[in-house]
Amino acid sequence: MSAAEPVPTIGLEVHMHLKTRTKMFCGCKVEYDVRPNSNVCPVCLGMPGVLPVMNGKALELAVRMALALGCTLPGLAKWDRKHYYYPDLPKNYQISEYDQPLGVKGCLDIETSQGPRRIGIIRVHLEEDAGKLMHAEGGGNYSVVDLNRTGTPLLEIVSEPDVHGAEEARVYAETLRQLAVYLGVGDCNMQLGQMRCEPNISLCIGADAQGKPRYTPISEIKNLNSFRSVERAVTFEIARHREEYEADPAGYTLEKQGKSTRGWRDDEGVSFLQRSKEEAHDYRYFPEPDLVPFVPDRQWVEEIRRTIPDLPEIRRRRLINDAGLSEYDAGVLTADRLIADYHEALAEYVRDAKMAANWMMQDVMQILNERKIAISEFPLTPQAFGDLVNLVASAVINRNTAREVVLPRMLATGKSAGEIVKEEGLAQTSDESAIEAIVDQVLATNAKIAEDYKGGKKAAFGRLMGESMKASSGKANPQVVKAILARKLGG
Amino acid sequence: MALSSKEVLKVGTLSRIRLTPEEVEKFSSQLSAILDYVDKLRELDTAGVEPLAHALPIHNVLRPDEPRPGLAPEQALGGAPQSDGDFFRVPRILNEEAGA
Ligand SMILES: [Zn+2]
Repeated sequence: MSAAEPVPTIGLEVHMHLKTRTKMFCGCKVEYDVRPNSNVCPVCLGMPGVLPVMNGKALELAVRMALALGCTLPGLAKWDRKHYYYPDLPKNYQISEYDQPLGVKGCLDIETSQGPRRIGIIRVHLEEDAGKLMHAEGGGNYSVVDLNRTGTPLLEIVSEPDVHGAEEARVYAETLRQLAVYLGVGDCNMQLGQMRCEPNISLCIGADAQGKPRYTPISEIKNLNSFRSVERAVTFEIARHREEYEADPAGYTLEKQGKSTRGWRDDEGVSFLQRSKEEAHDYRYFPEPDLVPFVPDRQWVEEIRRTIPDLPEIRRRRLINDAGLSEYDAGVLTADRLIADYHEALAEYVRDAKMAANWMMQDVMQILNERKIAISEFPLTPQAFGDLVNLVASAVINRNTAREVVLPRMLATGKSAGEIVKEEGLAQTSDESAIEAIVDQVLATNAKIAEDYKGGKKAAFGRLMGESMKASSGKANPQVVKAILARKLGG
Repeated sequence: MALSSKEVLKVGTLSRIRLTPEEVEKFSSQLSAILDYVDKLRELDTAGVEPLAHALPIHNVLRPDEPRPGLAPEQALGGAPQSDGDFFRVPRILNEEAGA
């Protein structure tokens, strides 16, 4: 019997900071890049005699994410202590949810280059982050600790081992981030450590005599903090598992070697062993006596559910299927919730999603990029901008005048598109006889170019169009100019 | 329920407590006595009883997401055995292993 091609079997654990002002169990601020140990108090420093109290906002955001992932909220979620010793953990335990998590059994739909995939979610639970441990500068023989991050609300999302490749792992993480940002659950800035990914990788290597699937030992890669490193680390691990398995098919199995934890050196592009199963931690979980359980109130949960906006993937599909947008345009317009909202409002106002998308892609996005501003800082409301779009749609002004003259003036003065067109006398003319006179004039002074066109030089048409538009000070309706030019040159 | 000295040593290691052979012996009999005492609960029939998540009969105790003043770095570091500028100073950690 020949061995089947090994199938990568990957589950991901993703940690993200929730977008709260304060920590999970105390009123210390959640801030990044501030003076070390300036956002700490007796609770998050783990001093004796303190009482942690749960941040209601963190709970709300966690429920929001769990619902968006289609999770069920069991009737009760409870807190547990997870014990381990490390200098970034002042209490010597982390408060987490062990056997009764906040949300269970959800899924996330992702779009890979191989098509759509649905990845199951095993559980979503809340916990607190640890502090930051750094090596002393100048090679001192000690390390230093900043506890500002200690107690930051952390959401852990654990997927089913449904991911079968490096690209899928990356897209899963990216889609999860997009969802969290979209929902306002977290900012997920990976440079700031607001999101970390830990893939668990194994290869399915066929089945045993009883038909039970066999696997290579699971390796968990800790703390990947970029999408690129997720993809690279998974690619590396799949290749490493294959090699190890081919070298020792009988010994390199999950049964014999269990699970190990590995780190990732991004500069070298290699993973390295941190600890094997024998050294695995015994966390001695037990229920947290200082915190009472969470029993979701059905009405409260339904209120949160109602505030969940259309998810990016749903909006994206709708733009492609219903409005006929390209995959690329639909992706750009739905990646950011506020941009998607703006486009939706504009589309509704001008009653044409595709036209709205063209203006968004060509004008609004360009202005945002040039000015390095977010859509929330864009000075025009969708309605004010829509007035301009409508003036072009109804042929009052042409596209070029709108973009080059009216739009900059709207941004500079705050006046409406209609006012500017009126004040500057920009309304275009579709008067055929007036335009014909202009075209005749242009053809007379550009006889050589007209000859070139008739001689087969197609590009010459564009030049004659341009000259005619210039001669009309941009006010001629380009469609009419085009029709007249074509008639005259063709005849 | 007797606890073996091996189990006591493991608990000691997990708790970062170094035990002398005398202590191992002493604690294994003490811990065994505690376990025996708790074991009495097994005599009760709990087949129809919901597991208790918490000793208090209340739930959903939440606080608003509003910042409250904490400690200044000087205060926070004041009780630390060693500090370095605004940081706590700890023995050098060689590998990058993290727990969470
Ligand atoms: Zn605090």
